[in-house]
Amino acid sequence: MAIPKNFSEDIPALETQRSVIRVPWLTQILKAFRQDPRWWFAIVLLVFILAAIFAPFISPYPPLQYHPSVATQGPSAAHLLGTDALGRDQLSRIIYGARLSLSVGVATILLGSLCGIVLGIMAAYFKGWVDQLVTMFIDAILSFPGILLALAIAAALGPSIINLVIALAVGRIPLYARIARGQALQAATFDYVTAASVCGTPTWKILFRHILPNIFSPLLVQATLSISFAILDESALSFLGLGAQPPTPEWGSMINDAQTYLNTDPWMLLAPALAIVIVVLSLNLLGDAVRDRLDPRDQARVTGAIQK
Amino acid sequence: MTRYAARRIFFIIPVALFVCFITFMIIHLVPGDPATVLLGEEATPQNVAALRHQLGLDQPLPTQFTLWFWQTLHGNLGQSIQLQQPVLQAIFQRLPVTAELGFASLIYSLILAIPLGIYSATHRNSWVDWLVNVISLLFTSIPGFILGLLLILFLAVNIRIFPPGGYVPLSEDPSGNLRDLILPMFTLGTGAVAVNLRQIRANMIEALNQDYVRTARAKGMPENNVAYVHALRNAILPVLTIVGLQVGAILGGAVITETIFLWPGVGQLAVQSLLSKDYPVVQGVVLLSALSYMGANLLVDIGYVILDPRIRFDKE
Repeated sequence: MAIPKNFSEDIPALETQRSVIRVPWLTQILKAFRQDPRWWFAIVLLVFILAAIFAPFISPYPPLQYHPSVATQGPSAAHLLGTDALGRDQLSRIIYGARLSLSVGVATILLGSLCGIVLGIMAAYFKGWVDQLVTMFIDAILSFPGILLALAIAAALGPSIINLVIALAVGRIPLYARIARGQALQAATFDYVTAASVCGTPTWKILFRHILPNIFSPLLVQATLSISFAILDESALSFLGLGAQPPTPEWGSMINDAQTYLNTDPWMLLAPALAIVIVVLSLNLLGDAVRDRLDPRDQARVTGAIQK
Repeated sequence: MTRYAARRIFFIIPVALFVCFITFMIIHLVPGDPATVLLGEEATPQNVAALRHQLGLDQPLPTQFTLWFWQTLHGNLGQSIQLQQPVLQAIFQRLPVTAELGFASLIYSLILAIPLGIYSATHRNSWVDWLVNVISLLFTSIPGFILGLLLILFLAVNIRIFPPGGYVPLSEDPSGNLRDLILPMFTLGTGAVAVNLRQIRANMIEALNQDYVRTARAKGMPENNVAYVHALRNAILPVLTIVGLQVGAILGGAVITETIFLWPGVGQLAVQSLLSKDYPVVQGVVLLSALSYMGANLLVDIGYVILDPRIRFDKE
């Protein structure tokens, strides 16, 4: 069909539209940065993540190398963040510590959420005594205050990083189990699930292919929010001596070492403390921003913006 | 209402059993043989066997649990290996210290959070509101042990206002006791302040948007009365639930705070026994903490029913 001669008069908007968005995702990102200043903390976090990945290349000294002669010094030209009790460079230890903290945080959440999601889905789908048992289990774990359960488990298993992850993950299970259970209960009422079971689809297939993808979104939001608390708890446990053992550089145990030197070398405390606070703060703010963005109630606003 | 309370207590019993079971299993998480771990590598086989018998580990698992559970019901939580005294006695000796710290922190957090939360809700977008938001965000990102050490650094080491640690019983030296209390109380309570603040502010804002507030204002009620008489009463109730949760956070946080400030409380006992592998004490502390937490939340639930007539009449 030929384009009518008065095409441009009929649709003036086409002609006046000058902005040609070639990179829509980049514009979305820049827009997000402008609208919500919390997204700037993604850059802060990115710095830490990159530092953790490229630790061997960017840390000025090997983290385990010690020179007793330069012990407990404040920041200087040679050691930007000072040295610790054995003369090890704080900056290098903080960079390597980022590896540990970030990976333990993510691993904890992965393990906890996986176990929790499995439990929650099973409880929702099978109902009956399975549901009762899982709910009782969730309530029981939630009855243990704070980090006590993680402390006890970590202490019993023995101080090591893997045991730390396991101990912390156990405490995360109830949250994900509850969310997964609630979402799965909703998803199980959908018609295609009933249809699938009528057709004879094996149960595990229903769970994996039908229910799981639909409950994914709120779980993902919750997981990103939880990483910061995982890092908090992990540094607390390491501070108490359960977790990474010396001489492995870890922020919590670095703070523990700094306790005796508070009046002589406060930077021993301040450097890892600032690292923890900055990372956790960034994660909290980012998590809030992510949640606000992915909140289903705001979907109308988001889709409306895209259509413009 | 008593029917509701009775039902709640009844349903908590299976959860409490589960809690006991989980606590019991802690000692069995130890890779290898707990007795060998406790006594070290050089222990003679006779010593190991004796300790195993003392801990009851030489019996089959269901027997162990039944025995342990039966003893626990009778108040016998076992014998501490390191301290050579009954676990329950060791805990009770230290309970007053932790109780003082816990109560002080809870009260401090509420005293700070409630007025600030109300003011922040009634004066939205003022600089106070902004400051409150920033502070609550900041304090949820600072772990307790860092806050405690920072307080020690700035207030006890650089400027010697408060002592950096230590504890004097109230009966011996009241003023010394209170001075020792300040820094730990701030450390433990400030995290709770942030959470409570957010909650109260959110609740007040929601309450102030309700229709009955609009009606009250339309009737010509002074704004002060609107806030304190109508909105506050409805906003304060969910705070009760949060306070129940705070008890758990404080029980957990006390462990770190007591370790930093060298307070001889249950938390420090927990850490010491954890590091020295004194498993009976660990189990005792964990069990009692969990049961206390459950008890506190139960009281909160029942209190909720008492304070909110709507729930009462809905249930009955």
